[in-house]
Amino acid sequence: MPDSATLEAVTIDQDEGNFSYPEDYAHDAGYGLDEGTVDYISNIKGEAEWIREFRQKALKVFFAKPMPTHWASKDLENIIFKDIRYYLSKGQAPTRSWDEVPDDVKKTFERLGIPEKERKYLAGVEAQFDSEAAYSNVKEELTKEGVIFVNSTEGLREHPEIFRKWFGKVIPTGDNKFSALNSAVFSGGSFIYVPPGVKVKHPLQAYFRINAENFGQFERTLIIVDEGAEVTYMEGCTAPKFETATLHSAVVELVAMKDAKIQYITVQNWSNNVFNLVTKRGLAHENAEIRWIDCNIGSRLTMKYPGVIMKGRKARGEVISIALANDGQHQDTGAKMIHAADETTSNIVAKSISVGTGRSTYRGQVHIPKHLKGCKNNTECDALLINSSSRTDTYPAITVRGNQHATQHEASVSQVSEDQIFYMKQRGLSEGEAMSLSVNGFVNDLVREFPMEYSVELKRLIDMEMEGSVG
Amino acid sequence: MSQSLRIENLHASVDGHEILKGLTLEVPKGQVHAIMGPNGSGKSTLSKVIAGHEDYTVTQGSVFLDDINLLDLEIDERSRAGFFLAFQYPHEIPGVSNANFIRAARQARLPKGEEIDAIAFYREMYAKMDELGMDRKFTARSVNEGFSGGEKKRNEILQMMMLEPKYAILDETDSGLDIDALKIVAQGVNAMRSPERGFLVITHYQRLLDYIVPDVVHVLHDGRIIHTGGKELAYELEEKGYDWIINEPVAA
Repeated sequence: MPDSATLEAVTIDQDEGNFSYPEDYAHDAGYGLDEGTVDYISNIKGEAEWIREFRQKALKVFFAKPMPTHWASKDLENIIFKDIRYYLSKGQAPTRSWDEVPDDVKKTFERLGIPEKERKYLAGVEAQFDSEAAYSNVKEELTKEGVIFVNSTEGLREHPEIFRKWFGKVIPTGDNKFSALNSAVFSGGSFIYVPPGVKVKHPLQAYFRINAENFGQFERTLIIVDEGAEVTYMEGCTAPKFETATLHSAVVELVAMKDAKIQYITVQNWSNNVFNLVTKRGLAHENAEIRWIDCNIGSRLTMKYPGVIMKGRKARGEVISIALANDGQHQDTGAKMIHAADETTSNIVAKSISVGTGRSTYRGQVHIPKHLKGCKNNTECDALLINSSSRTDTYPAITVRGNQHATQHEASVSQVSEDQIFYMKQRGLSEGEAMSLSVNGFVNDLVREFPMEYSVELKRLIDMEMEGSVG
Repeated sequence: MSQSLRIENLHASVDGHEILKGLTLEVPKGQVHAIMGPNGSGKSTLSKVIAGHEDYTVTQGSVFLDDINLLDLEIDERSRAGFFLAFQYPHEIPGVSNANFIRAARQARLPKGEEIDAIAFYREMYAKMDELGMDRKFTARSVNEGFSGGEKKRNEILQMMMLEPKYAILDETDSGLDIDALKIVAQGVNAMRSPERGFLVITHYQRLLDYIVPDVVHVLHDGRIIHTGGKELAYELEEKGYDWIINEPVAA
């Protein structure tokens, strides 16, 4: 068990996140989206022409693509694109020193405990406030080893020879309507490069904070880990509770070269007005490994299906996912595993919890084509319902052709029984404590996959959610 | 105020069907009382009503723990006030380790902001597990999951020892136990007998009462206590059955 100081340092709860500072932005693209908005963003960033063209082309794709409401939630229709602001920034370059971060931004991240975390266990931190990173720092020894950890603007400007090659390649602009939107207006996010053989011991972390109402945050992340190198990246997300809808639509691309390992950990704790529509995919070359560890708490609607394309022989992909849908929330999550080489292995373990009127949906896609040999997939999805009004749906799509593969699929739905809660209350636990303990028990085996600091935080988040969800 | 678990004229029903029909009984601190009775007499209902199970409606009567009216309290408040129920069928809690569960229950008894001393907690729990002949591996296993009947019952007694209630009801703790397990469980209970604590032992069989020797034995029939006697009453019941009591006129 961590000591109480560690506990305190890593705690983030929704109420701690529920504050905002008055807006004073140097750059504001205004409401609505057209070619002018895209040019405005590109101009402020002083981007190369190819990026501007990339954005403008993406905008056309975005307008041309229909909403995917033929399979996804109709709630998507409630996103009013003309009422959203697509770029807000204080006009300051990210600083390496906390002292130089603007006061209200600094206070925001201090209240969220970021500087302590950095001191305690992180190798590098980036803190994004609305559209741009306010703070970015990476330990000097990593820089010496050639590790690059910058935001998207800087990555494309300073290191095009590294990043341009893979930018928009793992997730093409037209992958879906929201990847197109992101490609048009992206700002912020992390661009990371780890040179061959470098094993980054401590995690790199980015922290995404939405401060303004009627705002859309569109960070873009690209992580390239070269041959035999390893990195763990963690992201945390929060926003205050506004009256109106807020949009978060990120694109995250991972590239693991031969024998490389990437572990990507997300703990999102959005307030329940955020539409969280994120596209995440990794490309694993020979004998490389990509693991997505994804924890979705909060938001109004989350749609997120992290994927791995196993392109090289013996590549491995894994998605470990925990989703908690509280009253009025819909967590539509899952995984995509595309086997594109022999002897590739994928593993999906998804657990969802639905509380009150909360709804959780699992969508999984596993694709193993006929011409391959020796591929393996394991899929487990378990749903826990807390109340009789909670809902869960599972849509697994496993396409396996050929007969030289092994797949395994297990799904379960369970409910916390009243008798179990009675038993726990008889021992002196309140209803909320009993629920928290039951839910934590349900996800316990997955929480162990998180680094210790994050598993503590996750447990606290679940406690907070469950405490608030009962009488 | 008297120091006792006091049940007065208790009426309780489930789905509109009355099961307890004016049950009165008092367990003073320091004593062990036993309730025996045929199937369907209301034994298990009594323990659930006192614990506060929501399926049961109390229509009349009262239950006092010392000077606290238990019926005014929530289930968990009753527990923290000092009432413990050892379940006939203990529930499983998947994914929650025994140690964490007991620790959470202990933590729930501390004032806000105060933290359990983890080292002292484990030391104490290990000592009590040794008394009950429980392997250390039971600390890490999920509560009651995959436990045998006897292991579950031992685990109930372990929880009782760790929570140190003022009054405890043992609901057919002997069912499903072989003689060795029964002796160990009884040892655990006997070790907890004290002038500061009262027990109500619900059982079908006199056998348990050889090991947990009661001060008083009550006979429950059709939702009421119809006969009360000393420990020798248990032998009489074992020998003659219940009919001779049931058929005698109820004392006014």
